[in-house]
Parts: sequence; structure tokens; C-alpha cells
Amino acid sequence: MSAASLAAKRRRSALRTLAFLSPWLIGFAVFFAYPLLSTVYFSFMHYDGFRTPQWSGAKNWRYVFAHYPLFWPALRNTLWLVVVMVTLRVLFGLGVGLLITKIKTGTGVFRTLFYLPYLAPPVAATMSFAFLLNPGTGPVNSLLERAGLPAPGWFNDPSWSKPALTLLALWGIGDLMVIFMAALLDVPKEQYEAAELDGASSWQRFRYVTLPTISPIIMFAVVTGVIQTMQYYAQPLIAGKVASGVIQGAGAQFEPGYPDKSTLTLPQLVYNLGFQRFDYGSACVVALVLFALSMVFTALLMRRRGGLIQAGD
Amino acid sequence: MTQLLDTPVRTPAPAAPAARAARRRSALEWIAVHSLGVAAALFFTLPFVFVFLTSLMSDSQALSRDLIPHTWQWGNYRKVFDTPGFLTWWRNTLLYAGLGTVLTVVSSVPVAYALAKFRFRGRNLALMLVISMMMLPPQVVVIPMYLFWAKQLDLSGSLWPLLIPMAFGDAFSVFLLRQFLTTIPDEYVDAAKVDGCGDVRTLLKVVLPMAKPGVAAVALFQFFYAWNDYFGPQIYASDNPGAWTLSYGLESFKGAHHTDWNLTMAATVLVMAPVILVFFFAQKAFVEGVTLTGVKG
Repeated sequence: MSAASLAAKRRRSALRTLAFLSPWLIGFAVFFAYPLLSTVYFSFMHYDGFRTPQWSGAKNWRYVFAHYPLFWPALRNTLWLVVVMVTLRVLFGLGVGLLITKIKTGTGVFRTLFYLPYLAPPVAATMSFAFLLNPGTGPVNSLLERAGLPAPGWFNDPSWSKPALTLLALWGIGDLMVIFMAALLDVPKEQYEAAELDGASSWQRFRYVTLPTISPIIMFAVVTGVIQTMQYYAQPLIAGKVASGVIQGAGAQFEPGYPDKSTLTLPQLVYNLGFQRFDYGSACVVALVLFALSMVFTALLMRRRGGLIQAGD
Repeated sequence: MTQLLDTPVRTPAPAAPAARAARRRSALEWIAVHSLGVAAALFFTLPFVFVFLTSLMSDSQALSRDLIPHTWQWGNYRKVFDTPGFLTWWRNTLLYAGLGTVLTVVSSVPVAYALAKFRFRGRNLALMLVISMMMLPPQVVVIPMYLFWAKQLDLSGSLWPLLIPMAFGDAFSVFLLRQFLTTIPDEYVDAAKVDGCGDVRTLLKVVLPMAKPGVAAVALFQFFYAWNDYFGPQIYASDNPGAWTLSYGLESFKGAHHTDWNLTMAATVLVMAPVILVFFFAQKAFVEGVTLTGVKG
């Protein structure tokens, strides 16, 4: 083959690749790269959406970190959710996954029932839980009181609102259950048999056979759980709104995080600063904090060696 | 003699209690596992049951501590449908979820195919960027995006700012499809080439028919994403009730029916029901898709 035709072939193949990738290349430029750079730009500007943006240096950054009263509570809540909610979700997901692999009668029915809550739209699910956990007349507290147990204030009590959100998150465990179930069924049977012959107890079998095999999936669940926590938005917002009684409507201005800032998350701050206070510059600062946190954990997910999602082949 | 007599008796003798013990142990385990299963099933289903029961109560009973409706008020559902706007929200949600799904699949398939089957420089970089976009909270870029759609193109008050980007490849769908397409052996693609198929024909006639489960999973996820989306409609459609979706409208429904938990719960059921129905029709594709997201590529 001549050099000229080889070059032509290579050019054709490059064009072909470009053509197939073009929707995403445009999307990447217009809906990712441009707005990301623009967010950095606006974080140094004073802009309210009406007057022309004005350079304000590090003022927005100082405001968010030193004076914006909602920033640190939101960050603390995020940390709480990462430590408690993500951990409990992984443990519960693993537990339910184990349980479903042990169930021998009616497996299909159990699996479907366990999975369904994951499908409930977040707003609808949160609305349901706000009703179920409603301290005055909700069925959960009715049952607790009938059983002589203490009935907490759930979404109306700052120290119970995050546990209530965690309960909601555990209810929707279906995604993790399926992932763990698939991983558990992948553990080679021979290893269990060998361990049993060696006289290993069922705990030892779990500890030394199951756990090492599924540990990459556990890591995957933890890291994606953390990333999801960075995006946690509709559930805490709706829970706070319904519990406070301040719902969208004429003149209703909801101060996010009810009760007592306990359900604030970082994405809510972007909305609060940008679309309630019209301080687009400071909103961009919070957006960049969110970006940095998400990317740290995404990098963890993609690390080449021992990486959980392998980019290459 | 004694030996002869003893041997046949003794051999099964120690085995029988052991077998019985093993059988008893496995029976106990069966009972333990299935009681736990029933307990878990109650945890997962009772919220649905209570919500559904409350949706059939009268206004005043929904505020009481009763768990079962005195009279079953199916008319509550009619009242929800008669609420101004509710049918519009339905229509908008179907448009957002339906058109959004079509746009996403059509624009994501070629990208995923290129990432899975073409060899080119920067492929790993492209894939890493796709994953980064997938992990990006939508709030990170919302300020410039809002200014772009609302101030420059004057499209706020509609769902177009959410639909148009879906025509340019959705990162999560691209990633999921790419994971699926890499499992299809290259030989099929090469064989199609030998038979004289161009790239487009190879994709449409050979690869796509084999990738149906992957495409189905992506379509389902995208449909559910749009159905569930609250943040998007809140940003772009909040100032125009004519453009609201169910997930967004549900909140204002609660606002308009402050203490009427029965009606709010009926509306909630109506928002959940379609998703669950879709799931029953497409269970296999969906579960496969969830597993796929956790699988190494």
C-alpha cells in the first residue's frame, strides 16, 4: 500500500471517529467545559443577574467561607451523611444482598419487594416518609406509642432529621442489593466447599472467602455512595419543606435546612445563593467546592491500579 | 457372630443422628432466613401500604391515628385528577421523559460505539472525561447554564433547557452502553466489515441488535431519571406552572392541600404507579442495567 493511500485511510478513520463522537464532543464543549470555566469566572465576579458583572476578586470566596451562615452547617451535614448514611447503606445493602442469596422459597417475590422502593421517585418517596414519620398523626409514631416506645420528632427535630433521611435512604436500598447480589453469586462455589472441608465456621467463610472476593464491589459502593451524597438534593429539601409547612406558593420564602439547618446540603446552597439571593458569584464558589469534592472521589474511582472502573482495556 | 451382627447395625447408626442433626440445622436455618426475609419485606412494603390506605381515607380520618380507612373513598383519586394542572404535569412529564429518552439513546449510541470499538488516540482520555461528566453534580454548572438558557436564549419557563442537552450524548448512558458494547466480541464487527458493511450499517444491523438489553437498560434509566428529576424543572420551569412536571408539581399539590394528607397521598401514588408499572414490564432489562453499572469494564 502506498504512503499516500495509507495517509488517506488514516484520515478517513479519524473523520469517522470524529463523526461518531460529534454529539458528545459538542455536548462536552457546550454543557461541560464552557459552563465550568464560566463558573470559575463568575466566582470572582459580583453579579446579580441584572447589572453587568463586576470584578470583585476573592470577595465571594471570603464571604462563603467566613460569613455565609449556611456553608459550614451544610458541610458538616455532608460529612455526617458520608460517615453514617453511606456506611449504613453499604452494610444494609450487603446484608439484604446476603439474605436474598440465602432465601430459597419465593426468591423472585422477595427480590421484587426489596427492590421496589428504590424505584419510588425521590419527591414521592420523601413525601410519603414525611407523612409516615409525621410526629403528630403519622402511622410510625402511632405504632411506636402503641408499643410503648418513645416517638421521636423525626423531620421536625434537628437531631432526628438526618436519621429520618437515613431511614428513607435505607428503604431505597434496591440498587446496592442487586449489585451485591450479583457479586455474591459470582464467588466460586469451590472456595466455600474447600473452606468447609477445612472446618471453617460460617463467619470464617464469610470473613476469609466472601469478603476478599467482593471487596472491590464494597469499595465501589462506598465511593459511588459518597459521590451521590454530594448530589443529595431533593430528599432533604422536600423533607424540610413539608415538615416546616412552608411549601412553594405565593410569597412563601423557604429558609433551607429546616429544622435548624439540619437538612442543609451543598447543592441546596447553590440554589439558595443563586436563585433566592441572586448572588451568582457566591453560588459559583459553592459550586466549585462541590466540584472539587466530587472530582476527588471520582479520581479515587478511576485510579488505574486497583481502580474500580477501568478506563482502558 | 457378634461382629457380623454389629457391623451392619453400627454403620448407619452414627450417620442417622448426624444426618438428622444436619437436616434439623438446615430447617432451622430455613426458618431463620425466611423470618428475616418476611421482616425485611414488611419494612420495604409497609410504607407503600400505609400511603395507599391513607389515600383512600376521608379528609378528617387522614389526620387521625387510624391505619385502615372507615369508608374507602376512591373519589379521592378523581379529585386529584380534577385539580387544575395535574393533567398538564402528566403531559409534560411524559414529554420530558419520552422525548428525552429518545434523544438520549439516539445521541449516545454512536458515541458509546466509538469508545468501545474504534481505536484512536485519546480514547482513554475521552472515557475518563465521560466518567467525570457522569459524576458531576448538576449544581456545579447550573449558574452559567441558567444564564445561558434564560438570559441569552429566553427559554426559561419551559423544559427545552433540559431536553436540548439530551440530544448531545448523556454521559451516564454513554458509559453504560460502552460497558455493554465492549462485551460484544470484535469478531462480529470484523465479519461485518469483511462482508462490506460500512460503519453505520455495522452499528445498525450487526451491533445494535446484539446490544438490545443494553439499549433497553439505558432507555429505562433515562426515562426514570427524567420522571424523577426535581432540580431541573425547579430551575427552568418553576415560574411557569404550564411547564411543570409531576415530580415538581407534587410539592405544590401538597402546598395547595395543606392538611389533606389523603389527597396528597393519592397524588403521590399516582406519581409512583407508572414507574412501578414500567418496572414490571421491563424488570429483566432494568436489573441487568443496575448490575452493569457495578461491573468492571
